[in-house]
Amino acid sequence: MSSQTGSHKDVSEKHLPSAQDSTAVAEVDENPFADPGIPHHEPRVQDIDERAAKRSERTVAMFFIVSMLATIAFIASFVAFPVDKIFYLFPLGHISALNFSLGLSLGIALFCIGAGAVHWSRTLMSGEEHVQERHPIAASPETKAAAIEEFSQGAADSGLGRRKLIRNTMIGALALVPLSGVVLLRDLGPLPEDKLRRTMWKKGLRLINQNTGEPLRPEDITVGSLVFAKPDGLEDDSHEFMHEIAKAALMLVRLEPKDIKDKQELDWSHEGIVAYSKICTHVGCPVSLYEQQTHHVLCPCHQSTFDLTDGARVIFGPAGHPLPQLNINVNNDGELVAEGDFAEPVGPSFWERG
Amino acid sequence: MSTKTETQSRGKAPAGERVADWADGRLGIYGGAKKNLRKVFPDHWSFLLGEIALYSFIIILLTGVYLTLFFKPSMAEVHYHGSYVPMQGVLMSEAYASTLDISFDVRGGLLMRQIHHWAALIFLVAMFVHMMRVFFTGAFRKPRELNWLFGFLLLVLGMFTGLTGYSLPDDLLSGTGIRFMEGAILAVPLVGTYMAMFLFGGEFPGTDIIPRFFAIHVLLLPGIMLGLVVAHLILVFYHKHTQYPGPGRTNNNVVGYPLMPIYMAKAGGFFFLVFGVISMISATFTINAVWVLGPYRPDKISTNAQPDWYMGFSEGLIRAMPAWEWVIPTGHTINFGVFIPLMLLPAVLGAIAVYPFFESWVTKDQREHHLLDRPRNVPTRTAFGAAWISVYFVLLVGGGNDLWAIFFDLSINTITWFVRIGFFVVPVVVFMITRRICLGLQRRDRDKVLHGRETGIIKRLPHGEFVEVHEPLPPEQLHLLTQHHQYEAAELPPAVDKNGVESRPGIIEKVRVRISRGYFGDHGQVPKATPEEYKEIMSGHGHH
Repeated sequence: MSSQTGSHKDVSEKHLPSAQDSTAVAEVDENPFADPGIPHHEPRVQDIDERAAKRSERTVAMFFIVSMLATIAFIASFVAFPVDKIFYLFPLGHISALNFSLGLSLGIALFCIGAGAVHWSRTLMSGEEHVQERHPIAASPETKAAAIEEFSQGAADSGLGRRKLIRNTMIGALALVPLSGVVLLRDLGPLPEDKLRRTMWKKGLRLINQNTGEPLRPEDITVGSLVFAKPDGLEDDSHEFMHEIAKAALMLVRLEPKDIKDKQELDWSHEGIVAYSKICTHVGCPVSLYEQQTHHVLCPCHQSTFDLTDGARVIFGPAGHPLPQLNINVNNDGELVAEGDFAEPVGPSFWERG
Repeated sequence: MSTKTETQSRGKAPAGERVADWADGRLGIYGGAKKNLRKVFPDHWSFLLGEIALYSFIIILLTGVYLTLFFKPSMAEVHYHGSYVPMQGVLMSEAYASTLDISFDVRGGLLMRQIHHWAALIFLVAMFVHMMRVFFTGAFRKPRELNWLFGFLLLVLGMFTGLTGYSLPDDLLSGTGIRFMEGAILAVPLVGTYMAMFLFGGEFPGTDIIPRFFAIHVLLLPGIMLGLVVAHLILVFYHKHTQYPGPGRTNNNVVGYPLMPIYMAKAGGFFFLVFGVISMISATFTINAVWVLGPYRPDKISTNAQPDWYMGFSEGLIRAMPAWEWVIPTGHTINFGVFIPLMLLPAVLGAIAVYPFFESWVTKDQREHHLLDRPRNVPTRTAFGAAWISVYFVLLVGGGNDLWAIFFDLSINTITWFVRIGFFVVPVVVFMITRRICLGLQRRDRDKVLHGRETGIIKRLPHGEFVEVHEPLPPEQLHLLTQHHQYEAAELPPAVDKNGVESRPGIIEKVRVRISRGYFGDHGQVPKATPEEYKEIMSGHGHH
């Protein structure tokens, strides 16, 4: 620490705390770390030079004038640009002329009001700091005593402590009355019953290609492709479409039968075509990213990964159980049909699932 | 002005005063005006963070009212026939169709949508950073613990208002978010299926969820938030604003500029600055382009499905959680893989919410605190805050693991494993490092006080030695670096006191003493320089 040795002797006197001013000298003897108080207020150039103040005034006024012009520009663009006008602006690309001009002019109109006001306060309003005392938040002992006294009088007057019957029945009544509100919530929705356990699929129901709307045939499904299917009779514009497809959505791939490791999967497939629920067993996103080489499918929401060659076993990610498989076959017309509903509930698991 | 003075001289008060008199006779405004018009607020850039949050909230309310004029919160299916060509004839809900109408057929509608969404994102960023400012400076200490909770509630409600809001357009992305919510609700043991049926009015998706979310989004949550914002501001006024330590600033005063005119102009102006900047962002950067995604269908999905940033940490929880799903002997399923993240969500947030009460339990400090802490002076708190943020960011990385994998060409499985391990390891490491940094800064402060500032001037002494000239600090600096209070670590009472009575501290007290030692013991803080040490060195004898 030799660098500090002697250093203080070489420092010019005026930097030493004791040399700063006469009041500080007295304080340093007492406590060198004492609060030196609010620094002396330095006037700004606008405080002493009227021309500088005038300049600031003009700057503020200029901001406000620009704001007015921008508002006029806003109205003009609203009238001038058709709503569907698109133009190219580097580097933003193709953008809506109306949105761009409205947003920019509104932004400038607002920003300039703010800039003017802030500049005004910083340059022309008093720059001197004020000091105000704080007062304790808690009440004085007298106030507290008086409040307690008032409260005791009120409490004694009510007789709540003495008349237990009134107190207890009142608590009972107040506790019960919100029940009406709870009961009213009953009709928010139906009871679950077995709604989550069954889907539209049943024996003999044909698989309809989601893209073509035609019944699927085994030859429509080539190796390496992923085909989405829905149950026959479920029309896109029907009332029940949304909640039925949310359970019944199906994906099909064709595997080499020798690649299928799971026995039941093989039994439920047709010529290597396997049909699995498209609804992820994690929280219900449609599983749709298919790796042709590994026959893994990945859910794009939370990356649960299922191995389609092994009973759709979960090989990575947060899903808790495999995708349910649909047992499929072909009918006499050579169309793919379901052999029945899924053997287990599709989608995310739930308490009663078992 | 001259006309006003004339009327006054004729014995009639100026018009403004007469209006004020009228109001005072009915509302009693002069008392409040006397107290508050020249109320002093301290100035610091970090105090603007809360203002940004407040102003973006107001902007959201203004644009939100506009959007309700055109938005149809209905899930009735319609064929689209608006002016957006790619969606012509597509079957979609009225909610999605009216969102397209707002975007493409209502002039300025797209701008209002963009401002509404951008302001919501900025609102939550501002609340988050504002909360961090309050945390690291100890502004949550008595008497402001309740206002901390109000603020915390605003953050949580803001998150859920955002969630219900971005779900309304019923586009493919937000519908997937609602589907996720259904899956999460189903994971609740015992009542999950009932809750899901009641929330959706039947099976997912049903036709009720958008109208219900609409009522929650435009009425219920913003109503509560508006009340909380008002209460938050009233308490800021009532407690008077905290201030940073410095010359002339004490725990018993507030140094700054008066509300009128300085803060009326500055804070009022700042509202326009925030609004202006958000407008310009909305003009140039498209957000939530729902027209690209298409309407929601439960069997369709797009990649890169991400929630808005403030829900990202919950997304990280759900993505990183291992797949634990057990069937218990009663034949029921417990889906821990979803249920644990669902429970961790309030736990992660709650940890920061209860911190003020934890710290006041450790310090047993009953005094009011109006001077802010410099974060280094409370190393353990600062380290806790940094550790909390690090968990939050680890989870954000987890929530965007697919994007990280794409942009940085990493394996998504590796990222997920990083999050799984990092969730436990990173906060511990960050805690230790932050604490060391704080202690190092405290040590430097102490050195600066006792040995002055390094001037960079090298001197050669007569006997050939080189020394660097150190310059003592000015009194303002000396005061700033030594003004903070340093707690002493709590100690257990002696096992047997002087009267021979055995003292048996409870287990809770023992834990408190342990924690207090961690906070304020030898390894928890560097003792600040004392005046005695300073005087001894200054007098020239104390050199070592």
